Parts: sequence; C-alpha cells; structure tokens
Amino acid sequence: MMAAIRPFLALLTKELRGFFASPLVYFVGAVFLALSGYYFYTNLNAFITFGFGESIVEHLWQRLYSDIVRVVITVIPLVTMGVFAEEKHLGTVELLYTTPLRDFEIFAAKFLACMAVFVVVVGSTLLYPALIYRIEPFDCSSLVSVYLGLLLLIGAMVSIGIFLSSLTESQLIAAMFTYGAVLLLWNLSWNEAAVPGDLLAIVTQLCAFDHFEPFGRGVIDLKDVGYFVAIMTLMGWSTMRSMESRQWRGRR
Amino acid sequence: MIQAEHLTKDYGLFRAVDDVSFRVQPGEIVGLLGPNGSGKTTIMRMLTGFFAPTDGTCSIAGVDIASDPRQARRMIGYLPERVALYPDMSVQGFLAFIAKVRGVEGRVQGAVDDAMEVCGLTPMAKRQIGKLSKGYRQRVGIAQAIIHQPQVLILDEPTVGLDPRQIVDIRSLIRTLSGLATVLLSTHILPEVSVTCSRVIILDKGHVIAEDSVEALTEKTAGRGETLVRVSGTENDILAAVRSTAGVEEVEVLERSRGGVLALAVRSTRGGAVRPHLVRTLVDGGWSVHEVSPRLMSLEDLFVDILERAGRAERGA
Repeated sequence: MMAAIRPFLALLTKELRGFFASPLVYFVGAVFLALSGYYFYTNLNAFITFGFGESIVEHLWQRLYSDIVRVVITVIPLVTMGVFAEEKHLGTVELLYTTPLRDFEIFAAKFLACMAVFVVVVGSTLLYPALIYRIEPFDCSSLVSVYLGLLLLIGAMVSIGIFLSSLTESQLIAAMFTYGAVLLLWNLSWNEAAVPGDLLAIVTQLCAFDHFEPFGRGVIDLKDVGYFVAIMTLMGWSTMRSMESRQWRGRR
Repeated sequence: MIQAEHLTKDYGLFRAVDDVSFRVQPGEIVGLLGPNGSGKTTIMRMLTGFFAPTDGTCSIAGVDIASDPRQARRMIGYLPERVALYPDMSVQGFLAFIAKVRGVEGRVQGAVDDAMEVCGLTPMAKRQIGKLSKGYRQRVGIAQAIIHQPQVLILDEPTVGLDPRQIVDIRSLIRTLSGLATVLLSTHILPEVSVTCSRVIILDKGHVIAEDSVEALTEKTAGRGETLVRVSGTENDILAAVRSTAGVEEVEVLERSRGGVLALAVRSTRGGAVRPHLVRTLVDGGWSVHEVSPRLMSLEDLFVDILERAGRAERGA
C-alpha cells in the first residue's frame, strides 16, 4: 500500500517544497495578511462605532470573511498560475507524463499542494477571532462554518486556476484568465436589478457569493457544499481532459 | 526488448509517423537517424507512453504500453529532447524525487549516489540545477533516466547543443550504459550513430527507409562495386591499363595529388571481385600501388543516397 502511493507522495512533497521554498508564497502571504488584517480592523471598528444593533461575535464573521474572500480572489491566480504552465514551459511535464504516475495523481498532488498554501495563509487569519475570544468568549459554531465555507470556496477557485494553468505555457495568461474567472464567479449576481427575474434564479444558483454567504451565518447547507464540490469535480475532470490533449495535439 | 509494430501517429490531418515497425534486441545500442521532423521524437514519445499511437502497438520487454502503461514505464528510462529539469532543485534532490516517482524500491539515497557516480555528478550533488553548465545538465538528464535501473533507455538527441568535448564525454557515457541497458537513441548527426550505435534505423517523413548495422549499411552502398585505387605513375598509361582490365566498366579520376599519386574510382560489373585483377594489372605494369580498397561512402553520402533512392522509388511508383 505504502509503495503504491509513494510516487504520489513524492510529487506532493516536491510541489509543497516548490511553494514553500520559493519567495512567491511568502510575498503572497504577507500581502494577504496585511490586507485581511486591515479588513478585520475596519470591520471591527465599524461594528463598534455603528453597532448595527447586532451582536459583534455573531455577525462580524459574515462581513469580515466576505471581505477576506476579495483578497483570496486577488492571490489565487498567483498561486495556481504556475501549476501546469510552468511545467509545460520548462518541459518537465514530459517527465511527469512518462513516470508511472497516473494523470489523476498528478492533478491531485498539485491541487493538494495549492490547498496547503491556503490552509497556512488563510489559517493565519484565525488570529483575529482568537483575539476577540480572549476579550469575550463566544459560540464558535458560525466560525467553524465560515472556515469550512472558505475551504470549499478556495478549493473551487484553486481547481479553476489549475485547469486554466493546464491550458497554456504562459503563467501570465493563466493568471489573467483565472482572475477573470474567479472574480466573475464571485460577482455574478452582484447587480440583481440588471438581471431579468427568470434568469436571476439561475444566476444566483451559479454565483459563488450566494453559496458562500450562508456559511457566514453559521448555516451549512448540503446544496451549497454540493455547489463547491461540483465545481472542483468539473474542473478536476476538465484538467485531466486537458492533460490528455497531448494524445491528439502531440504537444505538451 | 523494444518492439514497435506498425506504429502510426496522426496530429489532426498530418501523419507524423506512418506504419513504422522495428525491434531492438537486448543489449543493443540502436540509433534512430533522420532529419528534423522525420518522426524520431514522436516515435520515442509513443514508446515512453507520453501519448498513445493512432494505430499499431509497442511493447517493452513484452509489456504492451497501451494495456499496462505503468508497468512499461517502470522499465524505461527516458531523456526527452528538451532536457527538462527543475532549475531550483539540487542535483541530488531532483534525482531523489525522480527515484521516488519512478518507484525505486529500497534505499533511494543509494540509487541517487549510484546514478551520480555513473554520470560523474558526485561533485555537483548539492549544486542547484539551474546553475549547472549545459553539459552537466545533460548528465543530470541521463542520471534521472537511469536512476531506477531501467532495462530500456530511450535518449532523444542526447548530445544536441553540447560543445565537442561534452559530446565526446556523453557518447562515452552512453557506451558505458550499454552494458546496463538496451539503448535507443535518436540523432540527426551522422557521426553519432557510427560512433555509438551498433545498428541504425533511418527515418524520413515518418517512414523507415533503411534499417541495418552501421557496417552493413555502408557495405550496401559500397557493394555497388566501386573500388578506390591509389597508384603513382603516368596518368594516361594507368587509365588505359585499368580500362582494359576485365570487368572494369568506368574509371573516374578523383584526385591528382602533388606527390604524383592518382586516386581513381573504378566501377566494375564484377563488384569487389575485380580488385585482385586490378592489383595484378597495376603491379605487372610496374606502377607503385598505394591502396586498393572498397570505396566506402561517408555516412553523409550514404544518407543522401538512401534519401534519393527512396525519392526515386516514390516517383517511380
């Protein structure tokens, strides 16, 4: 059993090393934490100043984490852009394709490595609620649900980024398309007035914001979980088809 | 050890490889020779399981690549055309990664040390790959190909882009490896096959146009009956004597050297059998004979010749 997954673990380790041994992840992390820290401060301040008649410890999260998602969207393309594009550019993908690794294992290792980056970076934001908890302990259930939502949302966006990275040798092109795709997915229903009534129902079903928002309220709905899992599955499937395209394109 | 049966590969409407069959026996070093774009890389990518053939099959040590790609890939070491390495990894870190990915059993470090030893990389173990010279990077490429002690080595243009000294080094490295594995290498540089290979498969536009040992191929063209004669004496007398020798069809003066030595190309209806008669004629005539030998073509001549004949056959058909 161990021997069977050893090649996969070797690739996963290499991917993780690639991220954590390169400066990019630390710059991404620094910018992410600086911005999310600023959002935490301003959101908390707004609550304290205006109150909104709501309990801070219950309602801060959905505002704060919607803001943090904006930062996530900004940094996701930077993490995923190189995943396949760089291997294609270097030509190393030919090495991977001629090892005993299955295409699925290659995708999974790369996906998990990206997720590990976000678990570390986004996990650091737990510091903010921890600070509040020290001042005033609160019920953590909505916090748990919002982090679960973040994990799913990031998983979906990372899988989109990996798919787009598998289509090109250029990291910049991969990053630009990923940025466009995840931003649109998040903002799809932002202007409800602009969408005709019949279409609105569909648009909100497709929009990542509408599926993420309940997590901020402490609501974990199977429908929302399914939405993110469906995106990850679709993107994983598409990435594998893109990897297979070497069969008929004759190129990496 | 390597068996290709009717391999065909289409890229859309373009047929890159057309019905190519060949076998490589255990322990052989076989060269795939052909101009750029003749299908060498495509054949190698099918053999390594990078992609599947449109038609036909290939197997490595009896394992069909299409039906059991993982098992077949375990037995192959592959150096791609563009040697692809991760520039920010150290030599030993990269080799250890490849060893694990390729499923080296037991101690990975041992396999890494062995491969570095064979390829002369031990002093560079901790060096970052991106900072190595091209020759050393090529060695890393070969080291990753042999790290799992494959039975078959597939090397796509292993000496391309190297300086003459590095080329000599890599060729002798390849010959060293021949004791350990069956080698199929591709090249468009002709001397490469004569130096390293025991057999050569010549490709053009996706077809095999010739396949034989290097010596036999050379002989085949030499077998048209041309003889090279170097002799000193009066040109007209010699020519007259040679022309009158039984079996001689045509005589061409190749060179008149300053020392008075004449180089002649003699074509005969009797092939090489004319040579003893030629020697007798020349010796009896009192001329000093410096050389009588089959007129060998260089591989360059051979290649051009084969391509031309293939072209003629095509037009004739």
